Amino acid sequence: MVLPELDWVDKVRDQAHRVRQRAARVCAANNGGYFAQACGSAEILSTLYSQLMDLGASTGPLVPDHFRGVPRPGEPALIGDIYNGDRDRFYLSPAHYALGLYATLVEVGRLDSCVLDDVNADGSTMELIGAEHSPGFETTSGSLAQALSVAVGQALARKRFGRPGRIWALISDGEIEEGQTWEAFQAASNFGLDNLTVMLDANGLQVDGWVKDVMKIEPIPEKVRAFGWNVSEVDGHDPLAIAEAASSFVEGQPSLVVCRTNPINSVPSLEGRHQLHYIRFRTGEVEAIKNDLGVLEESHK
Amino acid sequence: MTKLLKPAFDLVHEIKPYGTSFAEYSRTRNNIVCVTNDLTASCEADEFRDQFPERYFSLGMAEQNLVGVLAGMAREGLTPFYPSFSVFATRRPYEQIALSIAYPALPVRLVGFLPGLTTPGGVTHQSIDDIAIMSQLPNMTVIEVGDATEAKTVLDAIEDITGPVFIRMLRGEVPILFDSPLKLGKARQLAVGSDVLVLSCGVQTESAMRVVSRAREAGVDAGLLHISTLKPFDDPDVLEQVARAKTVVTVENHLIRGGLGTSVAEVVAEGGWGTRLIRVGIRDTFTHGGGKDYLFDYYGIAERHIAAAVEEAIGRTVFSTASEFTSQSQLHNAAVAEGL
Repeated sequence: MVLPELDWVDKVRDQAHRVRQRAARVCAANNGGYFAQACGSAEILSTLYSQLMDLGASTGPLVPDHFRGVPRPGEPALIGDIYNGDRDRFYLSPAHYALGLYATLVEVGRLDSCVLDDVNADGSTMELIGAEHSPGFETTSGSLAQALSVAVGQALARKRFGRPGRIWALISDGEIEEGQTWEAFQAASNFGLDNLTVMLDANGLQVDGWVKDVMKIEPIPEKVRAFGWNVSEVDGHDPLAIAEAASSFVEGQPSLVVCRTNPINSVPSLEGRHQLHYIRFRTGEVEAIKNDLGVLEESHK
Repeated sequence: MTKLLKPAFDLVHEIKPYGTSFAEYSRTRNNIVCVTNDLTASCEADEFRDQFPERYFSLGMAEQNLVGVLAGMAREGLTPFYPSFSVFATRRPYEQIALSIAYPALPVRLVGFLPGLTTPGGVTHQSIDDIAIMSQLPNMTVIEVGDATEAKTVLDAIEDITGPVFIRMLRGEVPILFDSPLKLGKARQLAVGSDVLVLSCGVQTESAMRVVSRAREAGVDAGLLHISTLKPFDDPDVLEQVARAKTVVTVENHLIRGGLGTSVAEVVAEGGWGTRLIRVGIRDTFTHGGGKDYLFDYYGIAERHIAAAVEEAIGRTVFSTASEFTSQSQLHNAAVAEGL
């Protein structure tokens, strides 16, 4: 694939920077949050939404409706996926990346910036861990490893019946520990799902600390390649590398882009901090992060 | 009203009522797909596979992913059927069913075979808690078929349900007890009586019909309702009769907690009706392998136990000897792919 002018790379870098700023402000206001996940995945999400996915226009309001109830038979939760158009589909598996997704939707014009003030607010659909009523969420994927299987099912149906539209998923490295992930890898390869592209945010982080200290999951690329996938490995903060890798399809094979990321990218003041999964800022840390990222506005409104 | 059976064993059976009707039902419904976990012929999906190979998917022995795949297919506008042994259709991928299918209320059909103690496969294959764990899922409809006619007509009955459905199914050589289609949310009135009201489901209805028939011959005014829709449990005819009854006996091939007996207990208690309840079911125990008659007897859900419950309900001895209810061999498994 011949990529167009590289202006978009700078644009994505700027978007990713603002995603980090917005995430930092929300976490500071809420006395904590999934800040490292937003920092680590900012370029992946921005590249997906700005350059890779052919979603079609959002039909969701710029300011989303408040929570209207969980799905019931005949009344699906139509709030989340309408922000992702109706062509390609996007599955965010680690639903605690919600803040990064909401901020990305703001950056690509699918949400108004003021809505970030409602993140975590009671009655808002913009929950801490998103569900399918949350903007940008196709499924309720907070129990890790389930979304990839759903993505495989939709890709399988589209491929078998010759339907257009690529299926994209963003998963995380900790989920590799779940057996279901490998069941999904196995099935996607078995059915030759070349309409499926999975981005893996390998930030090396899980709740108890570093993944390498919890469970030996590497070498991820070699393992998944052995499962029959088209696998590439890139610097997850390099939009051009992400886009090039994710645009290289192999007929008859699903694609995995292992994005090596730094969960405190652009936030060196958090270097050496032990607990990064859910960050509660300590005295002085917000000031230090402002130093790292530049001015954080007091409110998005 | 369906005529009650005599105790003699003279039932007519039908071979593969579900598998044949599922293929037929799917002929004109192109949105139906069938997904299996290495139990295709064992769960009567082979006719569908042979007739509609493009709509058949073998996902191997990987049920967590399989259930997610069902969800993805449903999100693509399809109606996926997942026939399996009930233990693998419900308990093994439980969280995936809860979050990927039941939460979003997707139109997925889980068809669970080998209900309760109808298999010699032992604790790993005997689905004694499937009704309980499926019933407690919000958005899930739960149905159990009692004969070949219901196995054939249940698909028409659930056609308009937009959410997920769990069907506890029978396979192979299945007796024909009823001559009218299964109706969603509607019990079958098999006998009307004021001394005792028996409520039964699944294969236990065949046994209950024999016991109630004998009881009525002995002068006991016993009523019998066959329940196929286990959730929601809101048939007004059932509730009214339970409210009026002196004693209700529930009969199920399942743990007594979380199934038919529990549903009756809930409506009786919340209604403040004071109806006495006797539950015939598996009483808080895991089970082991063996023949069906042996297992039903060992775990206290054989016909003689139903008869004893009826006698307890009316407070007197009715049946001459316990032995008149032994060894009522039922040939449900004579026409299946393996010995399970």
